[in-house]
Amino acid sequence: MSEFNVNQIRTDFPILKESVNGKPLIYFDNGATSQKPKPVIERISSYYTHENSNVHRGVHFLSDQATNAYEQARTTIAHYINAPRSQEVIFTKGTTDSINTVAFSIGETLKPGDEVLISGMEHHSNIVPWQMLCERKGTVLKVIPVTPKGTLDLDAFDALLSERTKLLSIIHISNTLGTINPVEYLIGKAHQVGAKVLLDAAQSIQHLPIDVQALDCDFLTFSGHKVFGPTGIGILYGKKEVLDPLPPYQGGGDMIDQVSFEKTTYNGLPLKFEAGTPNISGAIALGAAFNYLTSIDLRGAFKHEHTLGTYLRARMREIPGVRFIGEAPETSSTLSFLIGDVHPLDLGTLLDKQGIAVRTGHHCTQPLMKQFNIPGTVRASLAFYNTTEEIDQFIVAIERSMHMLS
Amino acid sequence: MSKSINQIQDEIIEEFEMFDDWMEKYEYIIDLGKELPLITEEKKTEDRLIHGCQSRVWVASEMTDTHLVFTADSDAIITKGIISLLIRVLSNQTPKDIVTSELYFIGKIGLQEHLSPTRANGLVGMINRLKSDGLKQLTP
Repeated sequence: MSEFNVNQIRTDFPILKESVNGKPLIYFDNGATSQKPKPVIERISSYYTHENSNVHRGVHFLSDQATNAYEQARTTIAHYINAPRSQEVIFTKGTTDSINTVAFSIGETLKPGDEVLISGMEHHSNIVPWQMLCERKGTVLKVIPVTPKGTLDLDAFDALLSERTKLLSIIHISNTLGTINPVEYLIGKAHQVGAKVLLDAAQSIQHLPIDVQALDCDFLTFSGHKVFGPTGIGILYGKKEVLDPLPPYQGGGDMIDQVSFEKTTYNGLPLKFEAGTPNISGAIALGAAFNYLTSIDLRGAFKHEHTLGTYLRARMREIPGVRFIGEAPETSSTLSFLIGDVHPLDLGTLLDKQGIAVRTGHHCTQPLMKQFNIPGTVRASLAFYNTTEEIDQFIVAIERSMHMLS
Repeated sequence: MSKSINQIQDEIIEEFEMFDDWMEKYEYIIDLGKELPLITEEKKTEDRLIHGCQSRVWVASEMTDTHLVFTADSDAIITKGIISLLIRVLSNQTPKDIVTSELYFIGKIGLQEHLSPTRANGLVGMINRLKSDGLKQLTP
């Protein structure tokens, strides 16, 4: 493994050589989705070229191969997140699907009056499934407030916890604010009252080392496409002792043990939660994404990304009238901002014309936008393949845009 | 005699031919926003708001004897320029001409990317609104 070299790393991501509107692409929308390295792209192709077959039911060679590759991907991911057993790693469609799985399955065990605790900075995918659960089961949704700096109000969190709290479902890193939440503290406190904890790692799996045993979370969810893998595949990690007693989410093939019209019995983990033919190529390619991450100097990559995040914030502070939405002491390399009274859409459009991809809007966090009393933000979200030169060009492009818009 | 919809479209296409750079085009679109016949504040009601845009766009229409006249506003400057272009083409025309118009200028000046249904600035929504206001005048 050679030391992290961003120019070398960039050659692994073919799309970074693209031009947009006649300008070299500057991709600062990694919070929405990440770009894919060659080993991931090639893995999808080689799977369909050489191995394509259905998994878990083959008497034939190809099915064996596909099953082995699929299960190997599970093991790779289990190792990466330090899950004690690979059967605790369930393939889903993505974070949304993972959270819905937990909301349904754990929901079946909850009683009216039981409480689910989330925070004011959750993505809609970690709000709506719980609201649906509350409507179905009469459970109560409680929300940890967010401070004006964009951090969790921990005193309020402590006060909200009680023996009624059955589940804390919390975002690790805010996709809008970039805030890194003190999850060790939150998980420890929640466990003290006997609550289970779901950690939404959709925005942290690609930025921080994740160790589910050290974190001691009961569930961990993330999407493959945000961690350099394909879309349509994601992970639900759950502790075996927590998942085992839960009823399955969806019924169908693969998730059963015996089916009869009198009584159907379910398969064990992980297949109990993987009804139907899974996204086989997606799972295998996600495995390739994690193999890629362990093949590079990941510590160096994360360090580079941290440097970029700090540099971005420092350079952005030079822009007159800039306002950061989210000023937590601990942030990722994601920055939401507004400049003067310029509409985020205007700035986003002009940046696009200069080859720069950012996200504008509410970032699927409408309650947060309401709290900050803004219609949306411009969000730049970086990955380790970005460079300080790109940030410099971003600043120039913002200055040019602002000149046109004011 | 006022100009027809297609005459105005051709005029706009000619104006945009002067620009070879995207930023120049947008500079011009921003300038056009300043010429937008503004909707009055009291008309900025929920029913005149076009949904599906990241920015807020209001459109009002009023019949003269035979022609439909549009006013609009938006909280985003580029959106304001784009609705201003649409209104320049479709305002002061007969409802029948508005409803049957084919807005080929959008593609010719390179704004077709804004026509995708998921595009945040909701050009499709704006066109639909202008045309449906025209249609309302035709269906008593």
